[in-house]
Amino acid sequence: MIERPETAVPSIAQRNLEGYVGFANLPNQVYRKSVKRGFEFTLMVVGESGLGKSTLINSLFLTDLYSKDYPGPSQRIKKTVQVEQSKVLIKEGGVQLTLTIVDTPGFGDAVDNSNCWQPVINYIDSKFEDFLNAESRVNRRSMPDNRVHCCLYFIAPSGHGLKPLDIEFMKRLHDKVNVIPLIAKADTLTPEECQLFKKQIMKEIQEHKIKIYEFPDTEDDEDNKLIRKIKEKMPLAVVGSNVVVEVNGKKVRGRQYPWGVAEVENGEHCDFTVLRNMLIRTHMQDLKDVTNNVHYENYRSKKLAAVTCNGVDTSKTKGQLTKSPLAQMEEERREHVMKMKKMEAEMEQVFEMKVKEKKQKLKDSEAELERRHEQMKRNLEAQYKELEEKRRVFEDEKANWEAQQRILEQQKLDASKTMEKNKKKGKIF
Amino acid sequence: MASTEIARQAGDGVRAVPLAGHVGFDSMPDQLVNKSVNRGFCFNILCVGETGLGKSTLMDTLFNTKFEGEPTQHNQPGVTLKSNTYELQESNVRLKLTVVNTVGFGDQINKEDSYKSIVEFIDAQFEAYLQEELKIKRTLHSYHDTRIHACLYFIAPTGHSLKSLDLVTMKKLDSKVNIVPIIAKSDAISKSELAKFKIKITSELVSNGVQIYQFPTDDESVAEINSTMNSHLPFAVVGSTEEVKIGNKMVKARQYPWGTVQVENENHCDFVKLREMLIRVNMEDLREQTHTRHYELYRRCKLEEMGFKDTDPDSKPFSLQETYEAKRNEFMGELQKKEEEMRQMFVQRVKEKEADFGFCSFFFFLLSDLHEKFDRLKKLHQDEKKKLEDKKKSLDDEVNTFKQKKTAAELLQNQAQQAGGSTTLKRDKERKK
Repeated sequence: MIERPETAVPSIAQRNLEGYVGFANLPNQVYRKSVKRGFEFTLMVVGESGLGKSTLINSLFLTDLYSKDYPGPSQRIKKTVQVEQSKVLIKEGGVQLTLTIVDTPGFGDAVDNSNCWQPVINYIDSKFEDFLNAESRVNRRSMPDNRVHCCLYFIAPSGHGLKPLDIEFMKRLHDKVNVIPLIAKADTLTPEECQLFKKQIMKEIQEHKIKIYEFPDTEDDEDNKLIRKIKEKMPLAVVGSNVVVEVNGKKVRGRQYPWGVAEVENGEHCDFTVLRNMLIRTHMQDLKDVTNNVHYENYRSKKLAAVTCNGVDTSKTKGQLTKSPLAQMEEERREHVMKMKKMEAEMEQVFEMKVKEKKQKLKDSEAELERRHEQMKRNLEAQYKELEEKRRVFEDEKANWEAQQRILEQQKLDASKTMEKNKKKGKIF
Repeated sequence: MASTEIARQAGDGVRAVPLAGHVGFDSMPDQLVNKSVNRGFCFNILCVGETGLGKSTLMDTLFNTKFEGEPTQHNQPGVTLKSNTYELQESNVRLKLTVVNTVGFGDQINKEDSYKSIVEFIDAQFEAYLQEELKIKRTLHSYHDTRIHACLYFIAPTGHSLKSLDLVTMKKLDSKVNIVPIIAKSDAISKSELAKFKIKITSELVSNGVQIYQFPTDDESVAEINSTMNSHLPFAVVGSTEEVKIGNKMVKARQYPWGTVQVENENHCDFVKLREMLIRVNMEDLREQTHTRHYELYRRCKLEEMGFKDTDPDSKPFSLQETYEAKRNEFMGELQKKEEEMRQMFVQRVKEKEADFGFCSFFFFLLSDLHEKFDRLKKLHQDEKKKLEDKKKSLDDEVNTFKQKKTAAELLQNQAQQAGGSTTLKRDKERKK
């Protein structure tokens, strides 16, 4: 692998322009190119049947996504949770948008709703997988972005709090997709009830540590003020309608009741306008960026880490995530070569040691042998000396005794001689 | 990265639907642009050309600022690349500009390898990006892109034709970077000569199959101006950072005794055209081409080199997981094989050593030697012991004999004494009478 040469960028210096250059036109160039490319956006709607999801989509995009020819999922009766997508191409002001709406009919409608989020998760993951495979191909041409950029979660307007299903779903999906919770059919709640409900929901969301989509702060203070206002209104309470009614001479979209008209686009009636502005007019690009930079990257790094480690325990892999799987294999190979070299050296060492040991043992045996021989020799010598001593003593004693005997003998002889003399003299009777 | 162009006509299950009002997604380009502006832009230019062709001066002139660097001498032993990064700002747009200069290009006697360091540098930037892209945990959106977006190739103003060094170098670079050839120091060429020169250069490039960067003509808003400019390639430029007063304005110019060459006068040179095309109109396209064409080519070659394929022998597409797993299995198998080999080798060596005559007999010799010694000493010791025993025995015998003699003698003496004692008594008695 080619390493970065030392001529790589060391530091960055500021320079002031002394005249017109022209790169201030770059944004326009970017604008032009993006319009030519066209845009894509995938929006997922999740919620129980009858919460007005299809109506809301139609209201948001001012189109009949679900019409007589293309009936929406609500018209069909589902037994299990399905995930369906509809793709439409809409144009406005020269800008083309390929909008994909992902619907989840059957969600939460069964009696036992355990794992009803699984098809949703599978769908999102499969889109990530498609993108990952497309991105990892050798020949990459077009990489269509079908990843889910935003998930609108519809909360039933009970007025009390979140249902266990709501909490469970959001907890499982907040790491995979931008979750925006909405209070559906908000025209059944009075403003006070709505406030309480919102507070309760936000409290529960915080309690369960659910990460809903956060609006990023911008550098513009004006925008930040608006953003803060939006944040206070979360979760947004929406009303959807595609029926146009007349209110005070104006034609507005709304729901006609005997007691009045709930206007969709009236900020005091519901938060629909806020949702539309936020979702489409100001933060659509950010939703896509967060999906690309955060959710997709999470999925990708988990997937690649799994492939590389093949089930090895995670404690080893923490330091390896900064490399590509191939670089990692290279590193492992190098480590292995080193390990083998070490093994080889160790084996050699063991070998040498064994040889030395054997030699040493022999030497020791030899030394031991000599020592023992030495000892025995000394022992014998000592015994010899002892014997010599004994003999000497004995010889002395013998010599003494013999000398004594000789004297006695001599005395006896002398005595008998004297007796003989005395006898002869007749003195002895 | 963002998707490339999608189908304009609805197809593949995509239907076009009319809108009943203003939805507001026409702000998408603005949203995108705002984000880009916040992030800041990045552009990298490589200047290739012989020493003294005015590369640094042209950069200074183009970007209206004084960049670093002193003029280099002609005595460089090889071609090195020096890069500097600057942060520039024009109105609300921040640009991280990297200027890479080839130092010593064309100065050596043997210029066969001159292009190599340039190609290596470009490849190194691609490699760095590829490595980042392949990482498990990566941060592509905040990665400082150092890939070369444009290569300004400075042609010496001989007025005749391209030098062979130029052709060789450009041929090596055309598949790796967007080449924008320019005629440097063009104030040395007259207008008529210039026209002929340009034609000659273009025809030489074409006949040698060198692909230079063409300004894109597929976007209606800029198609016209781009195609016009394409016909003026290569641009003949003059660079100058010095200002001369013309009329009542200070303009960048070079002052000669016979007149003043104004840099920004389109009649005098193509500087303005270069600036327009390079910076004002096509900077983004240069970046895009680098990423979608040159980088992809590099990536494809690199991955194929590493053994990656898109389809298996049955033409079924590989999934990423399969590819990596296959590679991993191959890798593990290799490692295991190596380990096994080494183990075998060691067993073999041990066997060899044991069978080695020298080794065995050496120990055998030592051992038998020792045994012999041991036996010898044992025998010696036993002999000595026996001798000692014998001596002891003889001494004991002597002692016994002597003891017997002594006892017998003493007994006799005692008897004699008793007898002698009574005789003496008798004598004494006799005397007393």
